[in-house]
Amino acid sequence: MSAAERGGARDTRALDVVRPVEDIGLIPEAGLPGGAARLPAKRLEVLTRVARQNRLAIAGLVVIVGLVLFSFVGPLIYQTNQTSANLLLANQPPSAAHILGTSPEGRDELGQLMVGGQGTLEVGFAVAILATAFGMAWGAVAGYVGGIVDAIMMRTVDAVLAIPFLFFVVLLASILTPSLPIIVLAITAASWLSTARLVRGEVLSLRTRDYVSASRSFGSRHRWIIVRHLAPNVLGVVAVNGTLKMADAILTYAAVAFLGLSVPPPATSWGDMLTAGINNLFNNYWWQLWPPAIAIVLVVLAVNVVGDGLHDMVERRLERR
Amino acid sequence: MTAYLLRRTLQALLVMLIVSVIVFILLHALPGGLVRAQLGPKASTFQVLQLERTEGLLKPLPVQFGIWLLHVVQGNLGFSYKLNQPVGQLLAHYLPRTLLLVGIASALNIAVAVPMGIWQGFRRNRIDDHLLSGSMLVLYAMPDFLLGVIFIILLSLDVPLFPSTATSFGSGLSTDAAVLVLPILTLMWGNISYYSRYMRSAVIDNLLEDYVRTAYAIGNSPRRVLMRHVLRNSMGSTMTMLGLTLPYIFSGALIVEELFNFPGIGLLFWNSSQTRDYPVLLGVVLVVTASVVAGSLLADIGYAVIDPRVRYVRS
Repeated sequence: MSAAERGGARDTRALDVVRPVEDIGLIPEAGLPGGAARLPAKRLEVLTRVARQNRLAIAGLVVIVGLVLFSFVGPLIYQTNQTSANLLLANQPPSAAHILGTSPEGRDELGQLMVGGQGTLEVGFAVAILATAFGMAWGAVAGYVGGIVDAIMMRTVDAVLAIPFLFFVVLLASILTPSLPIIVLAITAASWLSTARLVRGEVLSLRTRDYVSASRSFGSRHRWIIVRHLAPNVLGVVAVNGTLKMADAILTYAAVAFLGLSVPPPATSWGDMLTAGINNLFNNYWWQLWPPAIAIVLVVLAVNVVGDGLHDMVERRLERR
Repeated sequence: MTAYLLRRTLQALLVMLIVSVIVFILLHALPGGLVRAQLGPKASTFQVLQLERTEGLLKPLPVQFGIWLLHVVQGNLGFSYKLNQPVGQLLAHYLPRTLLLVGIASALNIAVAVPMGIWQGFRRNRIDDHLLSGSMLVLYAMPDFLLGVIFIILLSLDVPLFPSTATSFGSGLSTDAAVLVLPILTLMWGNISYYSRYMRSAVIDNLLEDYVRTAYAIGNSPRRVLMRHVLRNSMGSTMTMLGLTLPYIFSGALIVEELFNFPGIGLLFWNSSQTRDYPVLLGVVLVVTASVVAGSLLADIGYAVIDPRVRYVRS
């Protein structure tokens, strides 16, 4: 990089830094060097204001943290045997020994709910990360390169999007032997499309903005424009989308489990447990049905509420841009 | 209008072409190839070679794709060795039932979501709006099969109104009607939040427009403003949503058919996935996707008929 170029780049940065101070509290990656040290009071104030405006989102966050603790720390406190089946204890109603009764294989339901939570949350998280990363890369390339590349890439997105996602996931799962990575990949393959569309649209609108043209006319390189100008502005929208993606992935994983394409036992998920409960519907084993059902609805609701809160925050920031 | 129709149809055909390429690639990505999948692992090399020759699998891939595509267009989707029937025949038998299920559920969706969205938009941020939004969110957060199970518990076990399985579908009009109630209810309430949410925000956006203020100013009643002006202008986004959410509804149909044992294309697909009947699996994916593409094409054309502005965008 030549000295002139570097100087030009620094100039744009100086221009870019002129933004409302509240922003600094909301997006850490855009903070001034040393901004945290200079503005602690301001940041705290912003955070409390955001929290007040998004009471629901905070409640959702608390629920998510609670469920994560329940699933990952719970088994350390409430120890149960979740590896071997014990048919003598099958389908027992709740008692002092088994607070939520037992499963059709005689495993403790509460303990299984914790272990199943691990599987469910891991799949949801993994799909959200993978689908967001891949969709973002795809959409950014399509939007930034444009032309025929864009046309081909986006028509492909249209095509895969037209295939009903569960059919697509079931097809992939029946071609490949279901295992946890395969299921994550199959759900990801059906989940990255909306992100790609979203990011492409954002990039298309951002690349014609004045500050991007200005930066380009200063002689900035593509990489600089992407990393410094496009990425920070796209990230907010993508974070919201990725959050909602996690909720959808958890629902899809439950559907995949219901269709019998989940991982083999003793590995389990809330979807698998719910399916087992449904299979025992006519026996009235309510303790096998409602706990996993409530867990799934609770986590999907919480993630959605947090996503909505994030959305409001990003939206307010975008309005000022 | 003709230009718009032509452009939109060409786009749909292009999407279908890409889908067929994807399906073709999957067909060839099968472990051991399509021939091994049909003959099983114990087939001799000679049998494999023979079938490969008769199926034209020794030709170059683009030629194979051309031949396969030609056959598909002619309605020849291959043969199911597991069910001993041409795939085309199976699809022709099962697809209309799923289309019936999806069609009724979508129509009911619109019939409920549109008035509800108008009401919520009109009563924005009041208690009833929040209650409705909250219940829609809970419905959205429920897996479709859980919703179906709740309907079974309420309307089949607690109060025995409707049968909990739809296995006997096709044995007469009255049975069919009774049997369809729970699957349709499940499919409908499982997907309604997409529409009501969009309708609500479209109504809110429209209520802020100048024409609404003018309509009030010249003495229209709120009812007339809502029903005559806002409704029409808000319907567009809901129509588009209908096209966009069709893949979700078909996915929901897969779950609902499996839960209620409704003998539609979803159940056929699921059974075939258990027996790894690949010609059927790929045929179903192709036909279901074609239905989705045709459905969204129809929705877009409907939108263009309602709203003339659409026809001129991006021309």
